Amino acid sequence: MMEWMVWTLPTALFFTAIASGLLGMTIWEVVSPTIERKGFLPISTTRGDRFFIGLLTSAYIHLVVVGFTDISLWVALGVSIAWMAVLMRWG
Amino acid sequence: MDKREYQWAWLMVLPVLVLVAFSAVIPLMTVVNYSLQDILGRSSFFVGSEWFKETLNNPRLQSALLRQFAFSFTILAIQIPLGIGIALLMPKRGWQASAVLILITMPLLVPWNVVGSIWQIFTRGDIGLAGFTIRELGYDYNITANAVDAWVTIIIMDIWHWTPLVALLCYSGLRSIPEAYFQAARIDRASKWATFRYIQLPKLTNVLVIAVLLRFMHSFMIYAEPFVLTGGGPGSSTTFLSQSLATMAIAQQDLGPSAAFSIIYFLIILAVSYVFYVTIMNMQKEKAAQQGAGGAE
Repeated sequence: MMEWMVWTLPTALFFTAIASGLLGMTIWEVVSPTIERKGFLPISTTRGDRFFIGLLTSAYIHLVVVGFTDISLWVALGVSIAWMAVLMRWG
Repeated sequence: MDKREYQWAWLMVLPVLVLVAFSAVIPLMTVVNYSLQDILGRSSFFVGSEWFKETLNNPRLQSALLRQFAFSFTILAIQIPLGIGIALLMPKRGWQASAVLILITMPLLVPWNVVGSIWQIFTRGDIGLAGFTIRELGYDYNITANAVDAWVTIIIMDIWHWTPLVALLCYSGLRSIPEAYFQAARIDRASKWATFRYIQLPKLTNVLVIAVLLRFMHSFMIYAEPFVLTGGGPGSSTTFLSQSLATMAIAQQDLGPSAAFSIIYFLIILAVSYVFYVTIMNMQKEKAAQQGAGGAE
């Protein structure tokens, strides 16, 4: 039935990671609700805002690496994870 | 508070979740799957990030993207001020208000491809009212040969079609401002400009957010009107992103590259809309904070 979606292992892992990220954020929110605050970003953000900004900018980091450099995508992934951590903590 | 009530509320959301899953989430996941594979009929094999590399370095798509941004920002820069202006001039009550509302809404009711056909005939040099008149006036107007003519015509067509939406949104925003504000302004002998700048415009922020976002997303995805009017020509001077995408996906059946292209397209719309939304909402928040501080003094 799902054959037309032509799943591959990498995309399945990708969506599992996104889904578990969202699930984790929901559980975190229920356990200790977020407080809006201002970090180095020009706007005050909640945890969810920072997570969204992190995902979106990570997508752009990957696009730049894939499109305009010959650096391995694993480097882009590493940079994105580090960036996400910085953003969540100090953003 | 009874907790069970909340659990019922969650159940009520389920149909929408299912609908969104089928209309948005599953198609989007499928596109992501397609974007990493080469698909030939029933067989497919994994190519990794190759399509993304190819798409990002495709000069045809790069210039379509630049054209798209030029188009969207041009029509926003014209339609938003024009819409506010029209809304300010519209009669406030009585039969005139209803008549003007109906007249203004007319272009919004015309289907997109019909708008394209109307303007295609309207601008024809031999039988079209506009095309024939401009030629008689001495300018050699031709949207099939002159890129500037084609561009100006598409922009005017979009303004004709969509400025009413901005005007209607602003009109509803203006009508919801309490009369007391205007009385206070009259007591202070505020000029028309000051009334607009410090009462009407701030009160319009919310509807303007909606207007800007809707117009940006609409115009960024524009397809039927230029496709019918110019077919993307002359050359490729009015080929916007969605038309390039349709050519790749449907005419050439390049499912992998066009899926990669779709994802990049989606990310651009997402990022620009988010920046617009955050900027405008933040401006409002700062203003509220300033007013709060001013009131406390």
